Amino acid sequence: MATYSTNEFKSGLKVMLDGDPCAIVENEFVKPGKGQAFNRVRLRNLKTGKMWERTFKSGESLEGADVIDVEMQYLYSDGEFFHFMDPNSFEQQAADAAAVGDAKLWLAEEDSCTVTLWNGVPLAVTPPNFVELEIVETDPGVKGDTAGTGGKPAKLTSGAVVRVPLFVQQGEVIKVDTRSGEYVSRVKE
Amino acid sequence: MTNWRPSASLHALQARASLYAAIRQFFSERHVLEVETPSLAQHGVTDLHIDCIAVPRYGYLQSSPEFHMKRLLASGSGPIYQIGKAFRDGESGSKHNPEFTMLEWYRPGFSLQDLIEECIVLLRSCLNITQTAQHRFRDIFFDVVGVDPIRSDIATLRHTAQSYDAHLPELDKPALIDWLMSCVVEPALPQHCINIVTDFPEWAAALAQKKADANGDIVAQRFEIYANGIELANGYLELIDAQEQALRFTHDNALRQQQNKDFMRPDQALLSALEHGLPQCSGVAIGLDRVLLVQQQAQSQSLADIIAFPNDRA
Repeated sequence: MATYSTNEFKSGLKVMLDGDPCAIVENEFVKPGKGQAFNRVRLRNLKTGKMWERTFKSGESLEGADVIDVEMQYLYSDGEFFHFMDPNSFEQQAADAAAVGDAKLWLAEEDSCTVTLWNGVPLAVTPPNFVELEIVETDPGVKGDTAGTGGKPAKLTSGAVVRVPLFVQQGEVIKVDTRSGEYVSRVKE
Repeated sequence: MTNWRPSASLHALQARASLYAAIRQFFSERHVLEVETPSLAQHGVTDLHIDCIAVPRYGYLQSSPEFHMKRLLASGSGPIYQIGKAFRDGESGSKHNPEFTMLEWYRPGFSLQDLIEECIVLLRSCLNITQTAQHRFRDIFFDVVGVDPIRSDIATLRHTAQSYDAHLPELDKPALIDWLMSCVVEPALPQHCINIVTDFPEWAAALAQKKADANGDIVAQRFEIYANGIELANGYLELIDAQEQALRFTHDNALRQQQNKDFMRPDQALLSALEHGLPQCSGVAIGLDRVLLVQQQAQSQSLADIIAFPNDRA
């Protein structure tokens, strides 16, 4: 893998830091007119999702991380692994629970997800921004209620629990924003 | 391709034109002669932390007009100024562009304080900031980070720096002070104020004369000016001793060698000019793109809002 010098740092670049693959989020060049130059860098640890802040002397370099994002279709879970397929090559990948993380709450079979591969192995899974999932459990609502009131919890097929308006019933399919975990609308079949 | 357009607004371009007109008026009233010196010349500079851009067969794009302007001074030009382009390799960011515009002027017979006063008059009118504050480097550094930059040992400085950033790379004493100054002290300087910092540590003398400060430590007769967290100006009581200048070139190259940087051939023309005789003078360089950035701070976050075509679309 190539190495990248600080003057090649830019947001989105994937590099290795302390043994973990990271994505550069922000790179600030700092230099007193006649003095040592520094790069103050914010990176996202792609394994843990945590943000790191590091200072480098300008001219230092980091090893690149072999990290790519691939659009893959979610197939099924066998209890231990989550299986995804590249719709173009039909190649399959099995991601463990650590890689899938909270995305497992939003996985619907045949939905397209972004699977981040590190050295060819799934490192992280990002669900689509909006998913449509069926409600498997919720209290019966009150007729005539509108979306304005506090709502009630509803459990979805994927296991996630979201707040929905009182008029939404068990067995209905709803649209959810996976970034906020919020109900968007009912889906008419 | 959308990047054919300038990144700066028309308003910013107009502000630049007005600034240049005001500067030319300022110096014309004071009988300072506008001059022009080469952007492309045979020699670069030996400074450890300034990398010149080499141009095959020609030499280097100039990182500052200093050497040529001193040759003019030594030949009897009297007070001179220049608005010109300067170039520094690898300097790119929200407050840096590898090609930038510098205002540099020299005042024979001026003390450093005389020049500071002249800078304040000019900057006050350009920036619409009236408040000023002048600090010695070691005082403002101590006030903000609680240690003395000159007498503290490297362990104390490292410990202090690590209290702000636990993951700092390995740095020597000057680099630790550079880091603390630019990342901790500069942002803590009073806002909406023209901040003048004087009496830099000896190793930061560059082309300034040295003196003993009130504590008996050798310091550089150099000042910097900051406004709203941005370094704007760097001035010296200029070194006029040819032998001392030659020693500093040699010393710089020794430091460059330690850090595996290329040897930079000292500029013999400058040394000859100093041997002939440079008048006692003070000189200063002001980054005009940054002056505009401070002046236009309400609409501008980075030099890309000020420079029509910054590096990535030049």
